[in-house]
Amino acid sequence: MSATSDGSGRKNWTVELRKRAVAALPPEKLLPDGQPAYMSSWIYVFGVLSLASLVVLILSGSILALKGPTWWHVTGIGHFFNSMHLWSVELFFFFMVIHLWGKYWMAAWRGGRKRTWITGAVTFLVAIPCALTGYVSQQNFDSQWISTQAKDAMNAVGIGAFFNLLDFGQMYSWHIFLLPMAVVALVAAHVLLVRKHGIVPPFILDGHEQVLAAAASDGAEAAEAADAADAPDGQPEPATEAPAPPTGEPEPTG
Amino acid sequence: MSRAERKREDEQYRTWKGPYRPYDLIREASIAVGVVLAIVVVLTILFSSPDDAPTTIQSWSKAAPVDFVSVANAELDGSSATAGYGPPYNTNGQPQQILGIKPANWFGVTYPIDTAQDYVILPLMTMTSVPGLQNAVKTYTSASSSQQGKWTTAYDSALAKAKANSDGTVTVPGNSASFGPVETMMSSLLADAQSGGLDGNLLTTKQFYQTDYTKILMFLQDDNGDNAAANGGNLPDSANPGYFFNRAQSENLLGDQWGMMNETGSWPGQVWLWLYTFWYQIKPFSTSANADILVMAVMGVLSLAFVLIPFIPVINRIPRWIPIYKLIWREHYRQA
Repeated sequence: MSATSDGSGRKNWTVELRKRAVAALPPEKLLPDGQPAYMSSWIYVFGVLSLASLVVLILSGSILALKGPTWWHVTGIGHFFNSMHLWSVELFFFFMVIHLWGKYWMAAWRGGRKRTWITGAVTFLVAIPCALTGYVSQQNFDSQWISTQAKDAMNAVGIGAFFNLLDFGQMYSWHIFLLPMAVVALVAAHVLLVRKHGIVPPFILDGHEQVLAAAASDGAEAAEAADAADAPDGQPEPATEAPAPPTGEPEPTG
Repeated sequence: MSRAERKREDEQYRTWKGPYRPYDLIREASIAVGVVLAIVVVLTILFSSPDDAPTTIQSWSKAAPVDFVSVANAELDGSSATAGYGPPYNTNGQPQQILGIKPANWFGVTYPIDTAQDYVILPLMTMTSVPGLQNAVKTYTSASSSQQGKWTTAYDSALAKAKANSDGTVTVPGNSASFGPVETMMSSLLADAQSGGLDGNLLTTKQFYQTDYTKILMFLQDDNGDNAAANGGNLPDSANPGYFFNRAQSENLLGDQWGMMNETGSWPGQVWLWLYTFWYQIKPFSTSANADILVMAVMGVLSLAFVLIPFIPVINRIPRWIPIYKLIWREHYRQA
């Protein structure tokens, strides 16, 4: 619902933003109920598993942050949540690495998806200092040793002058707020780009293109026929099931 | 394939015009969160997580009093690693460089540490109730630097044969007169450290709430086995590593043990740092005085390349040439 114009002739920034957002990502693309038929491999699972690990990571980290940095050293339940935090970060990186390798071998940057690759790769790189700041914020022997060893590389490149691994307060801030925000923002951008452009289609093999085109044509015709039969007034309706694009509009991203 | 042909092929991948199948995004995501949560809980129950208590100045000085006094003496005479580190702690050392560039100099000294003052003299000046100590400190601070050096050198040499007593004190053999006030200063500092007082004194700021452990951690890391004084004189590193160093070595945390990615115990640690850690294991990095900046430079280039893979010729075509994609999309190709 939108208000009437104020008559000034000025552009409404909010309306413009909404129009652009909806044009780039209409609801059926943002939350699709269909995917290209070629998406049938276990490798596709690792993207969502990375996301799921990040969710568990943030949940366990939030509980640790809410209780403060000392809690997990002195209570069993605190140690339990710290262990969950550790294993979720291990899984996060594990799934992310497999996801990245999978996308590399798919050459997933094809067809205008370079930004999708870039945001994913940068997410991986930003996650590394995010984890490092966590390791040096543990307030135990690990954090003592890791911080005193890793500081030399930071100092050598000049970063150490303002990014002090030996300052628990500073590292804790980076770990529980600044870097996680960066990771979440990058992941959000990555996911939105995936939704906007869709998953990359398979490589076209010789003669394969024509076969696909024929398959697409057959599928569309079959869907139209089925829809026409289902519609009470005899008029075709947008398809809601495969094999035609479930939202009635082919996902233009492939 | 020409560039134009590749571009034309790339355009064909922009939009998928083939068949679709039903898919429930939210359902899949919810199941994934549930599965991961279950795996994490199982791993947590089975393996928990490490939490070895930190080394304190108190625990170190009690467990290895001679070692502690050796490092403290090195802090006093300016021969410790921190004393000669350079930026961002002081201007006494040359920072690492690459192609003549020393980035550490760009920002200068941002966390100043004067090891003699911060680690020895100022803490001792707070101990006003110890008989003779303030006179000893005054004698030391008012002496010439060459005289100070003679005292600390004589004391350092004698520490090689020093013995720790059952009450925690240290007996240093030799002519006490040659140590000047240093022996009194060090025995007082040791007592302060063993009581826990020095842990508080070495925190960076003097306000009630503290979060900055730069000074105390730099003191601890000076006990790294690289320092001759920390090794009790002339003993080689491997024969008598420092307490802090020794503890890390027993946990496989040293640099040459791939320690950058390890953590205490058998937990996996930061395994994603394997490539970063790998460079430290091979020449020229393993023997270079500029190892850190060289490794960071290599990793910087590799990271940039990783991000820009879609634009790098050959690398971005490898997936086309090695047909792993036929395995990934085998159903698709089989149906087509």
